[in-house]
Amino acid sequence: MSAARLARRVWQQGRYETGAMLRNGEQLILMLVLPLLGLVGLTMTPFLDGLGASRIDVAAPGILALCTMSVGFTGQGIATGFDRRYGVLRFLSTTPLGRGGLIAGKVVAVLVVLAVQVVVVGGVALALGWRPAPSGVLLGIPLLALGAAAFTALGLLIAGTARPEATLAVTNLVWILLGVFGGIVLPATRLPAALEPVVGFLPSGALGEALRAASLEGTLNLPAAAVLAIWAAVAGTAATRWFRWS
Amino acid sequence: MLRTGSPCLEIEGLVKDVGPIPSLDGRMKRILAGVDLVARQGEITVILGVNGAGKTTTLECAQGLQTRTAGTVRLLGQDPARADAELRSRVGIMLQEGGLPPAARPLHLLRHVAGMYTDPRPVDELARRLGIDEFASTTIRRLSGGQKQRVALAAALIGRPEVVFLDEPSAGLDPQSRQLVVALIEELRAEGLGIVLTTHLLDDAERLADVVHILDRGRVVASGTVAELLAHRRDAARRLTLTAEPGLPLADAFAGSAAEVAEGPAGQYTVDGELTTADLLALASWLHERGIMPHSLELGAQNLEDVFLAIAAESAAESPQEHRA
Repeated sequence: MSAARLARRVWQQGRYETGAMLRNGEQLILMLVLPLLGLVGLTMTPFLDGLGASRIDVAAPGILALCTMSVGFTGQGIATGFDRRYGVLRFLSTTPLGRGGLIAGKVVAVLVVLAVQVVVVGGVALALGWRPAPSGVLLGIPLLALGAAAFTALGLLIAGTARPEATLAVTNLVWILLGVFGGIVLPATRLPAALEPVVGFLPSGALGEALRAASLEGTLNLPAAAVLAIWAAVAGTAATRWFRWS
Repeated sequence: MLRTGSPCLEIEGLVKDVGPIPSLDGRMKRILAGVDLVARQGEITVILGVNGAGKTTTLECAQGLQTRTAGTVRLLGQDPARADAELRSRVGIMLQEGGLPPAARPLHLLRHVAGMYTDPRPVDELARRLGIDEFASTTIRRLSGGQKQRVALAAALIGRPEVVFLDEPSAGLDPQSRQLVVALIEELRAEGLGIVLTTHLLDDAERLADVVHILDRGRVVASGTVAELLAHRRDAARRLTLTAEPGLPLADAFAGSAAEVAEGPAGQYTVDGELTTADLLALASWLHERGIMPHSLELGAQNLEDVFLAIAAESAAESPQEHRA
C-alpha cells in the first residue's frame, strides 16, 4: 500500500521534472539539438572514415552516449543545482515525497528524457542509414541505463556540493571536453596519442566504447561496462555522502 | 486529528552547533543553547526574536530539515529526524525563502504538490481564497514577494496538515495580503490545527499569538500569552498616554508627584513614573476643573515591543559573552 503510494509520488515527480526539462529551451538544445547536429555533422565529415564501418554506424552509438551525458550530467546537474539554491529540494523533501522519493523522481525524469532522446536521435540515425546489430539493441538498453546512472550520480554530486553558477559552468565545460576528447563520440584511436590510454577509464570513453561494441558487433565490452559500473557506484556513494540539501 | 490543547510539538533542551567556523579559529558555533517549548493543537504558537536569534534553526530542527546536536524533539509524538511519509503528510511547512521553483506557474505547481497527498484540499478553492488565481499563469520568478509568500502558504496547506510551520509568513506582504493571510491563519486555528510561526514583527505576535516564546541568542528567555508577558513587565515602568488639545500645562496636574510629563507631537502627552491612584484622581480633577475631555487616555500602555526590548536587554546583561562550544 505505502510502496504503491511511494511509486505513484515518484512517478509524479518524474513526470513533473520531465516536463520542466522539456520546456526549458537551453536544456532542449543540450539534449536534442546539439546531439542531432553532431550526428549529421559526423556523417558529412571524414572523422570516422577508415574504421571498418560506415560513418553513421560508428557515429550513432557515440551520439546516444552523448545524449546520456547531456541529460544525466549537465541537464539534471544544472536543474538540481538551482533547485537547491531556491530551496525547492528542501520544500519537496518535507512533503510525503521525501528525500529518497525526490532523488528517485529525478532518476525517473532522466530515464524518460533519455527514452525521448533515443527515439528521436535513434530515429534520425536509422533514417540516415544506421543499422545496429540486432543483439546490440538489447545490449544497448541496459548500457544506456548504466551510463545514465553514472552521469546522473556525477551531476548530482556536483550540484549538491558546488554553487549553482559553478555547477552550470563545470557541467557545461566538462560536457564539451568529454564530448570532444572523452572518447564518447570519437573512438580513442581517433584522439591524440596521449589521450588514448586514458579515455577508456573515463565514464565517457567507457560508455562510448561499450555502445559502439554493442551496435557494431553485437558484443558486450565487459571491461568498458565494468569501468562504467565502478563510476556509477563511486559517484553514487560520494553523492549520497556529500550531497547538501541546502 | 488530535484534540485541541494536546501538544503537537514538544522541544526539550534543543542544542544545535554548526561549524567548525574558520573565523572562530575552527571552533563550533552554538546556534541553539537549550531551547524548551511546547506548541499545542488549536493554538498559534509564535516564536519571536530578532534576526539571528535561532528562530529558523529551531523550526528546521522541529521539521527534521536539520539534525540536532542534543535534546529531544517530538512532532506529533514522533521524532522528526526520522520522519516517514505518514508523518510528513500530517505536517505543512512554509519555508522562509519559499522553496518554489522560479520557472513554475503557481497553479501547476500547487497541483503537483497536491498530488503528493492522499486527500489534498481543492487547489482552485485555496488559490481563490488566497487570491492566487489573479496571477495563476505568471511564472513564480515574476511574482512580487507577497505573491510568492501566498503561493508558499498555499503549498504548505494543500495537504490538509494537522500542524503547520510558517517561517516569517507575513514578510513582504502588503497590508491587504497580510489581512488575507492573518484571517486564514486564524481560521486554521479554529479548525484545530497546531500553528507554529516565527516572526520578528511584534504586530504579528500581538495580533495572532496564543502563546509567545521570545528567543534570544539560542535560548527561550520568556514564554507566555501576550497578556502574561505584558503583566510581567507592568511593575517595571508605568506610562500614561493622553491625547487632548495641544499646549496644556499638564505637568501642573502632577505637581506633587515624581511623574515626568512630556508632550510628544503636539497634543500627545506621556506621563512616566510610579503612578498612584492619587495621581489619577489629581489628573481627573485637573481636567474636570478646566472642562477638558481628552480624546484618548490609556494607562500601562506598554506593548510587546517594550517587553521584548526589556527582556532582550536583561538577557544581554546576564550573558555578556557569546555562546560558544
